[in-house]
Amino acid sequence: MANMAMTKVPMPTQDGNVRRNNFDEVALGYTKEMAMEEAQRCLHCPTKPCISGCPVAVNIPDFIEEVKNGEFEKAYQIIRQTSSLPAVCGRVCPQETQCESKCVRGVKGEAVAIGRLERFVADWHREHVKDEAVKPTSNGHKVAVVGAGPAGLTCAGDLAKLGYQVSVFEALHVAGGVLMYGIPEFRLPKAIVQNEIDGLKQMGVDIETNMVIGRSESVDDLFEAGYESVFIGSGAGLPNFMNMPGENLKGVYSANEFLTRCNLMKAYKEGVDTPIQHPKRAVIVGGGNVAMDAARCAKRLGVEEVTIVYRRSMEELPARKEEVEHAQEEGIIFRLLTNPVRVLGDENGWVKGMECVSMELGEPDESGRRRPVEIKDSNFVLDVDCMIMAIGTSPNPLIRSTTEGLETNRKGCLIADDNGATTREGVFAGGDAVTGAATVILAMGAGKTAAKAMDAYIQNKK
Amino acid sequence: MYKIVEKENLNPTVTKMVVAAPAVAKKALAGQFIILRVHENGERIPLTIADYDRVKGTITIIFQIVGKTTMLLNELNEGDSILDFVGPLGKPSHVDGLKKVCVIGGGVGCAIAYPTAKALHENGADVTVITGFRNKDLVILEDEFKQVSNHAYLVSDDGSTGTKGLVTNVLQDLINQGETFDEVIAIGPLIMMKFVCELTKKYNIKTIVSMNPIMIDGTGMCGGCRLSVGGKTKFACVDGPDFDGHEVDFDEAMSRGATYREFEAREREEACNLLRKGVA
Ligand SMILES: Cc1cc2nc3c(=O)[nH]c(=O)nc-3n(C[C@H](O)[C@H](O)[C@H](O)COP(=O)(O)OP(=O)(O)OC[C@H]3O[C@@H](n4cnc5c(N)ncnc54)[C@H](O)[C@@H]3O)c2cc1C
Ligand SMILES: Cc1cc2nc3c(=O)[nH]c(=O)nc-3n(C[C@H](O)[C@H](O)[C@H](O)COP(=O)(O)OP(=O)(O)OC[C@H]3O[C@@H](n4cnc5c(N)ncnc54)[C@H](O)[C@@H]3O)c2cc1C
Ligand code: SF4
Ligand code: SF4
Ligand code: FES
Repeated sequence: MANMAMTKVPMPTQDGNVRRNNFDEVALGYTKEMAMEEAQRCLHCPTKPCISGCPVAVNIPDFIEEVKNGEFEKAYQIIRQTSSLPAVCGRVCPQETQCESKCVRGVKGEAVAIGRLERFVADWHREHVKDEAVKPTSNGHKVAVVGAGPAGLTCAGDLAKLGYQVSVFEALHVAGGVLMYGIPEFRLPKAIVQNEIDGLKQMGVDIETNMVIGRSESVDDLFEAGYESVFIGSGAGLPNFMNMPGENLKGVYSANEFLTRCNLMKAYKEGVDTPIQHPKRAVIVGGGNVAMDAARCAKRLGVEEVTIVYRRSMEELPARKEEVEHAQEEGIIFRLLTNPVRVLGDENGWVKGMECVSMELGEPDESGRRRPVEIKDSNFVLDVDCMIMAIGTSPNPLIRSTTEGLETNRKGCLIADDNGATTREGVFAGGDAVTGAATVILAMGAGKTAAKAMDAYIQNKK
Repeated sequence: MYKIVEKENLNPTVTKMVVAAPAVAKKALAGQFIILRVHENGERIPLTIADYDRVKGTITIIFQIVGKTTMLLNELNEGDSILDFVGPLGKPSHVDGLKKVCVIGGGVGCAIAYPTAKALHENGADVTVITGFRNKDLVILEDEFKQVSNHAYLVSDDGSTGTKGLVTNVLQDLINQGETFDEVIAIGPLIMMKFVCELTKKYNIKTIVSMNPIMIDGTGMCGGCRLSVGGKTKFACVDGPDFDGHEVDFDEAMSRGATYREFEAREREEACNLLRKGVA
């Protein structure tokens, strides 16, 4: 008999007042019992509407069925057929707009907690099953992957399974992309990401860190070195600024810089050499996941007052609902319908305030969201000594500017067809480098699609 | 890991290291830099490629011991390895088409100026070099500069070597004598570059400076290295490090460079204590 409870089995979390002082994971994960109880809520609908909401079409009802039966390893194997990073996606997918938005249980009450179950299954597997490293037999072909984010890692894994000798080239000193340098430890423990990367290495994937393609080697060099096809998953890492006066004052950061110092360089820990500012009052400009992460990191660094400033209203806030709730529980202040116009500095060149203007929502714009418009003469000043800009990122021009024949659109995104093929023969691309800043699961899906297309390309060339 | 194949102390505070990094050596050009990390909890710091050997696959770095990371780096010896070493980063210096150039180096900035002077010299340009140091003990690369220049001038703040004075005094004298240059390239402390630019602006001599803001990734990802150049924001690691000196906002750059001063002082103190005790 199905569990007809209207709400999800609640996720145990660290208390808001405790967790805002540490970088440990916030959501603690279901126990076996909780997972099996939640799995009972799934009706195993014959039409499987939830699957249509998942960008990689995880076989949701079947894996949940196995959870219901306590067959967690079987459940894991079902997820793994289509998803390469379940422990990651279970944690960071915007489920409420994807799989869970299509779940019939969501019509009356809450959807089945698909993401939480996926996370449980992946964690259970990691803790209980030792993956045997099976090195696939080589098919004698060499391929290269640029960028070790979710797109590149997924593409590399799928190609390795097909017998390709895969080299991944990563600019930073660690692999993982945004999963390592952007998303904080308290939302996605780095050990989990590292575990996935170690799995790839065991499969024979060669990961070369400290390699900036476009500088250390060009895409042409890779072809010359005998790679038959190249996948570009270089992400969208170039931070945008607003170009307003005072933006280069001390104490103004891009979210990327602040998060990189905090996550990649672990500046929050004792005994680490990378410095980070410890301000008293910080303001974060923007309303996406990146803004929430920056705000919550700031709180954990001991900032007394952390405010998020966003130019639309709560309804349009693009961050995941769960992250907004978590941020609120941790004491982050939200100032909506507010936009910065100018940064004010003190005599030593440090930020001392941010001048803002109030906004109201007007007619809908191209995106269908109501356009924020300034309210005249509503300017006011927020007293802050730190300001973090989280207003979006664009693809880095380094690769396109050093690779002949690689076309981009107006926004600098690589042009690729549905299979990930770019305008240059043999070069494929996917993830944020093609779509602009998007999601982990879409990047992963693009990596998978491209792997298939690269295989077909190489097999047809023979 | 990147092995140190040679180490030499050029003076009490400046060290030269030759590091095995074949991938970097293959592509390196004058004006570019690397970013390194000494240990697992270490900071990423940029250093200019002072020289390279494509055949041996090595990169030469010359660094001044100013704080924790450079102290720890200086503790490593021949045969030891550097954990991370990535490059070449940044745009190479522009040397083509220049016929007569004045290269000015201040202090450890000479290490950055040297590869550019060398590249210009190899390109057949007439190279005048002006180097400035606080005193005689701090002089580096004196012979090397002589080999890659047509005229070399050395000044020191206290007159203990070369002529007493500032690099700008020499440049002013040369201009007064009627010397002309296609370009002046000035590399050294921000304040020195600022004064060189003020001088050359008066005479309308194009001046290139090499900027060294605080960096992390060096790939254009963090924006921490941003500068105002001609009123626009530029990322030094990808748009530079060379910029038109007449367009750079030096005051802003100086202010931003001091962001972590207190932290750095603390770390330096700590590193000194550790090194004294022989723990690190
Ligand atoms: C703070 C933050 C929070 C986020 N939160 C979420 C979330 O909760 N849920 C969600 O689904 N998505 C989230 N996202 C978005 C998600 O992380 C990205 O969409 C996803 O990581 C894109 O994957 P990718 O592989 O395309 O690129 P990336 O993850 O950006 O990886 C690209 C990699 O390529 C490397 N690279 C770049 N240029 C070169 C070069 N020239 N040579 C070699 N290597 C290069 C980079 O160093 C990087 O490692 C978040 C993003 C950020 C920044
Ligand atoms: C493109 C570039 C090329 C450079 N080339 C050389 C070189 O060839 N030789 C040389 O001696 N120095 C060079 N520098 C400066 C060198 O990076 C700093 O001296 C070094 O980072 C100091 O680190 P520290 O921990 O020893 O000292 P700290 O005590 O941490 O800092 C001392 C000073 O160094 C600067 N600095 C600190 N951290 C960084 C960082 N992450 N990035 C950049 N600057 C920083 C700041 O101005 C700081 O006040 C270069 C800098 C840049 C940006
Ligand atoms: S991968 Fe993401 S969207 Fe797909 S089922 Fe899992 S949580 Fe839902
Ligand atoms: S829609 Fe919901 S209830 Fe139906 S099968 Fe999918 S998860 Fe289960
Ligand atoms: S060092 Fe990060 S953008 Fe230049």
